[in-house]
Amino acid sequence: MYPADFRYTKDHEWIQVSGSTGTVGITDYAQHALGDVVFVQLPQTGAKLKAGAVLGTVESVKAVSEVFSPVSGEVTEVNSDLTDAPEKINQDPHRSAWLVKLKIENPKDVAALMDAKAYQEYVAEKEKEQTA
Amino acid sequence: MKDKSARAETEAPGIKKAGRHVSQNEGLIFEKSVTGKRGIEFPPLDVPALDPATALGAEFARGGVEGFPEVSEIEVIRHFTRLSTWNYAIDLGMYPLGSCTMKYNPRVNEFVARLEGLATEHPLQPDKVSQGCLRILHDLQKCLLEITGMDAASLEPVAGAQGELTGLLLIRAYLESKGNARRKILIPDSAHGTNPASVIIAGYEVENIKSNARGQIDIENFRQFVTEDVAALMITNPSTIGVYEENIAEIAEILHSRGALLYMDGANMNALAGITRPGDFGVDVMHLNLHKTFSTPHGGGGPGAGPVMVKKILEPFLPVPVVTEKNGEFALDFNRPKSIGRVRAYCGNFGVLLRALAYTLAYGPGIRQATEDAVLNANYIRKHLEDVYDLPYNLPSMHEVVFSDARQKRHGVNTMDIAKRLIDYGFHPYTTAFPLIVSGALMIEPTESESKEECDLFIEAMRSIAAEAETNPELVKTAPHATRVGRLDEVAAARKPILRWKPRQHLDSTPHKVTATAVPTA
Amino acid sequence: MRYLPKSQSERQEMLDAVGAKSIEALFETIPAKYRLREALKLPGPLSEMEIIDYFKARAEETSRGYTSFLGAGVYQHVRSVVTDALVQRGEFLTSYTPYQAEISQGTLQAIFEFQTLMAQLTGQEVANASMYDGSTALTESVLMAERLTQRHRVLVARTVHPEYRQVLATYAKHLGIEVEEFGFTASGQIDLASIRADALAESAAVVVQSPNFFGVLEALGPVAEAAHAQGALLINCITEPLSLGVVRPPEAADIVALEAQSFGVPSSYGGPYVGVIATRDKFVRQMPGRLAGETTDAAGRRGFCLTLATREQHIRREKATSNICTNEALYALVVTIHLCLLGKEGLRELAAQNLAKARFAQEAMKAIPGVTLPFSGKIFNEFVVEFPRPMKHINERLLAEKIIGPLALDRYYPEQNNRGLLCVTEVTPRAEIERLAAAIRKIVAA
Repeated sequence: MYPADFRYTKDHEWIQVSGSTGTVGITDYAQHALGDVVFVQLPQTGAKLKAGAVLGTVESVKAVSEVFSPVSGEVTEVNSDLTDAPEKINQDPHRSAWLVKLKIENPKDVAALMDAKAYQEYVAEKEKEQTA
Repeated sequence: MKDKSARAETEAPGIKKAGRHVSQNEGLIFEKSVTGKRGIEFPPLDVPALDPATALGAEFARGGVEGFPEVSEIEVIRHFTRLSTWNYAIDLGMYPLGSCTMKYNPRVNEFVARLEGLATEHPLQPDKVSQGCLRILHDLQKCLLEITGMDAASLEPVAGAQGELTGLLLIRAYLESKGNARRKILIPDSAHGTNPASVIIAGYEVENIKSNARGQIDIENFRQFVTEDVAALMITNPSTIGVYEENIAEIAEILHSRGALLYMDGANMNALAGITRPGDFGVDVMHLNLHKTFSTPHGGGGPGAGPVMVKKILEPFLPVPVVTEKNGEFALDFNRPKSIGRVRAYCGNFGVLLRALAYTLAYGPGIRQATEDAVLNANYIRKHLEDVYDLPYNLPSMHEVVFSDARQKRHGVNTMDIAKRLIDYGFHPYTTAFPLIVSGALMIEPTESESKEECDLFIEAMRSIAAEAETNPELVKTAPHATRVGRLDEVAAARKPILRWKPRQHLDSTPHKVTATAVPTA
Repeated sequence: MRYLPKSQSERQEMLDAVGAKSIEALFETIPAKYRLREALKLPGPLSEMEIIDYFKARAEETSRGYTSFLGAGVYQHVRSVVTDALVQRGEFLTSYTPYQAEISQGTLQAIFEFQTLMAQLTGQEVANASMYDGSTALTESVLMAERLTQRHRVLVARTVHPEYRQVLATYAKHLGIEVEEFGFTASGQIDLASIRADALAESAAVVVQSPNFFGVLEALGPVAEAAHAQGALLINCITEPLSLGVVRPPEAADIVALEAQSFGVPSSYGGPYVGVIATRDKFVRQMPGRLAGETTDAAGRRGFCLTLATREQHIRREKATSNICTNEALYALVVTIHLCLLGKEGLRELAAQNLAKARFAQEAMKAIPGVTLPFSGKIFNEFVVEFPRPMKHINERLLAEKIIGPLALDRYYPEQNNRGLLCVTEVTPRAEIERLAAAIRKIVAA
């Protein structure tokens, strides 16, 4: 379910690192919780973000969710396909519906994030809380 | 096919209140337009005519308005009459929307609001020829002060949210006059969404405080929150779960002892009028929603009025103008150097204010009976539904009762499904998914306007739906079945918004000259 | 009590069912010392007939029998009994905000039609489902421009309605928005040359009004160009939308804030009125206020629902774009019905009548010795008149003749103390304009 080569945050963002570039998106758990995504707002290329800063928002019909940057870095690319097809976030959250690419400032930021196994457990815990 | 079976089930035996209403296929008014028709004629011009093109010149003259409808009077009548039949309304039956106080809107209020000499008055005309209007405002002010136990009022805010903002600005102005406006407004997690939004516009920060397990403010915990940074607590009483805040007077004392103020959102005043007065239990500033407690019509979403009532200490800061009286002469006072300014042009929603006065005059001191009946209805409904719906907070209910869908969820049926199914039984749904402190809330406010018979029918419908949720959950989940349209595709509406009709021939060409801007879309 | 549908015995029956000993028992959570022991000191109860008598008596204490020449953002125009009959249908009057779309299609479709009419009228791409009034619509437009540009300053013409500017000042103060005003020229139009480019470069928007508070039409093209060149937006405010029947729509503006009272809404001593914001499609997600959108149900039937709700306060709470909850749906419906009755031809004819009346009144004023028209700009249905005596003097004497004279401008512009704003519409009879002129001639000559 959750790709092993990604790292995850408690706010349900993922980041895939390749060299000094990180690709960021929201997890399958997050898209499920949101429901049908109708609008995505992304930063502009060149924006400098601190880890935990608001990177953009993802909206469903009745909720707005802020997406936080998993690491500090500079936005090098945004996924403009999502502007016309926000539903991709529901269909393919871990691949084609990535949100932005970042030039990572400090690789240590990444190491501090959860790996797939830890995230899987974290999500399972969340789900248990909700049914309780 | 599906529709047929659903209908049969809708008209289940034993359910007295069920049925379909007449539906018509009615397009948009623009689709009925035919060049050359009109719905109104005017007396002939009694001065020399002027050709607009010549008078205004090429710089300013316009041809016709592209796409404007051209229809006759009877077509206008039929169009809007047909549209009206697609609405549910208080005049058709119980409208138990929690927190909205959908009570009977007396017809006499509509009549007096339209009187010549009242409806026809201009807000900037001299006070000398406005005495009747000013006296209405002054009389209403006196009544509202008596009902709330406060000292002074502004009738200018035109909605609850604007009342909130005005109240917060008054708090800020008062504290500033004391040397420090402070930084934060405390808001319980059960609050209306407008509260935090208003706080931001007043330049304050929001600090949320958690309700305790009983849905009340935890006094000990609260004490910790009230620091030197806190300007005020903004509280709804009774709270949005319909429960009186038992420690409100003590809460007021804690705030006052630390130089902070108590703001009460008067959205639920229908539970208190004639029984108790916010001014007596320590409230410093509050607003009323005249479109709730004071019966002015909601009209499909407005207008309303949100007058603000304050204690003496806040009076110097009230918005301008203030209605004054001296020896039987009424006037608008603009000369108030400490005023927070204006929150709206002119002097408020006079047409709404006078309806509220008509309502108050109809009851007089008997307004207490309305409150009693409202609370009785809510408790009666609670008593008859608490064995089939989950009651997350079991403190005594005031004017509304909040259940949760916990039991029905086991069958995959949620509060929204139950609400939609209620439509098939001839009722407007209750408020769903609010307050946020109740997961899957069913928030029911019957108001005093419902007879025992109507309450019984509602109870019967709700019990019947609870049974359906167990035996035939699909039926509930796909409701409503008896309406002109089914559940609408809100996702499609939000993804590719269609927000206006466009003439077909112009679909592809833009009729507007759009100047490019170098503005980033935030 | 006639509004309460319960007999005493039914009340008792219900109390028994609840298991409460008395009605008092239901209020026991309220500490006894805060429960009222005495009846409130309120007038009433009054019967329907007495209520009507009270209000009729109040209606006698107002301006009936007077002729008014006031405009200044609130206009007396024809209204049809058809509009009033339709909006008094209980299905419109006594329904709530259309959150339950399946049983609110009437309100929703009417709102959709309203949005369309407002967009057509203003030449903009999209309009909202209404705001409280023009003054709050203007304020919200400025907040919207702030969000769009991320700039915290705004340049406002002094020719914008003074009370609208006061409302803006109240809201702007604590939001950290700096409001800077700029003046007007001898034509009564904005003084574009007085706006510095560096001020524009820091501003979210330039705010103008057309027809402006002096009744004068503004040329929007040049100010739009100047604003856009510096990355600022142009907000145009309209308090007399009937002008749009003959006057070019504000296509050059990025945001239009409009007061629609002129279309069938009674002046009613200040409200309720109907504000509207119209704008370009690309700005819609930063526009405040409700919106109805077209969609379909599962069976493919066309229907309407409230949409883009995520902009609103009940979802965003402290991150909302505005704290506005109520729109003015019932009066938006009045405007919709009124405009459908007027139609394309009626709107134009009515606007042309206003233009002709105003020209007639201008000529009548100019003919009075000592009376001048200080501004040279083109007007629609109101204009500024300068008298050889203070307005107070003129208006006191006019009032004695049962005439509510021109609005004294010194109320808002202390330096213009001999000037009044005079408005005539299609409902001002020629004979009354002539009576006004004769009265002024006498007062000025005395």
